[in-house]
Amino acid sequence: MTTVEKKHPPYMLVWLWLAVLTIIEVWAAQAGLTRRILIPILILLAIWKASLVAIYFMHLKFEPRRFLFVVLAPLPLAVILVVAVLQEWGK
Amino acid sequence: MGADARPQLRMTHGRQVEYGLGVYSGKLGMWVFLCSEVMFFTALIGAYIILRWGSSQSWPDPTKVLNITLTAFNTFLLICSSVSMVKAYAAISHGDQRGLRLWLLATVAGGAAFVGVQVYEYLHLIHDGVLPSGFREGGEIMEALTRAGLPTGGHELFGAAFFTMTGFHGFHVSCGVLCMIWVTIKAFRGHYTQAHHEGIEVIGLYWHFVDLVWIILFTIVYLF
Repeated sequence: MTTVEKKHPPYMLVWLWLAVLTIIEVWAAQAGLTRRILIPILILLAIWKASLVAIYFMHLKFEPRRFLFVVLAPLPLAVILVVAVLQEWGK
Repeated sequence: MGADARPQLRMTHGRQVEYGLGVYSGKLGMWVFLCSEVMFFTALIGAYIILRWGSSQSWPDPTKVLNITLTAFNTFLLICSSVSMVKAYAAISHGDQRGLRLWLLATVAGGAAFVGVQVYEYLHLIHDGVLPSGFREGGEIMEALTRAGLPTGGHELFGAAFFTMTGFHGFHVSCGVLCMIWVTIKAFRGHYTQAHHEGIEVIGLYWHFVDLVWIILFTIVYLF
C-alpha cells in the first residue's frame, strides 16, 4: 500500500482572486450600469467565484474523474428544477 | 479472481479509498448531502426569481434598501474563513498540529463574525422598518422611498424572500460554526494526525459549500 501525498494549490492566490472579483462585483452593482449589461456581468463573476471555490478549495480539480459525475449530477437537475419553477411565471 | 489478483488499494488520510468512486465513504457521504443541499438552495433561488420578476408586485432596488458595503465585507469574511479552512487542512496534511489549531480557530472566528454581522444587519433592517412581512409604516425605509418618489406599497414579497434566503443560509453557517467548534476541540485534543485527518476534509467541504452558496446569494439578493 502506498500513501498518496496531496499537492495543495496556491490557496492565497485563489483568495486574492476571490477578493478582487468581489470588489469588481460591488463596484459594478453601484456603477449605474443598465440591467441588460449589469446582470450578465454579475452572473459571470458569481460563476467565476463559485468555480474557484469548488475547484480549488473543495479540491474537485484533484478528485477522480468518475467521482465528478456524482458531484456534478445535481447541476442538470437544478436547471430542470428552475425551468419547472419558471412555468409559474406570470400566474 | 483470486485475492492476490485484485488491484492494490490506495490510502488517503489513513483510509482505504473505495473501489467504485475512488474516495473514502465519509467524503462521498458529505458530497451526497451537499448534492441535496444544491437542490434545496436551487429551489429557493428559483422561487426568488419567480417572486421577483414573475409577479406584478413592486420590488425595491436592493442596493438602495440593503447595506451593500457591510454585506460585501461580510462576504469577504466568509471567503477569508474558507481560506483559513483550507490552510488548516494543508497544515495537518503536512503534520503541522499548531498550524491546524490556529487556522481552525481563525475559521471559527471568521464564521462567528459572519453570523454576528448578519444579526447586526437584521437588527438594523428591522429597526429601519424592513420586516419579513413588508415595510413598516413610518419606518425609515418607507420615508426614504416616499422622499425619492418610489412606490411604498407591496414590498411583502421582498421582505419574505430576503429573510427566508439569507436566514436559511445563516442557519447553515451557524450549524457549520458549531461543527467547527467541535472539530477544533478535537484538534486541540490531538485527535487528528498527518495520516488520519479525514474529518478536517469532510467538515471543510461543508464549509466551502456554505461559502459557495453565499457567493451566489450575495449576487442575486443584494446586487441584482
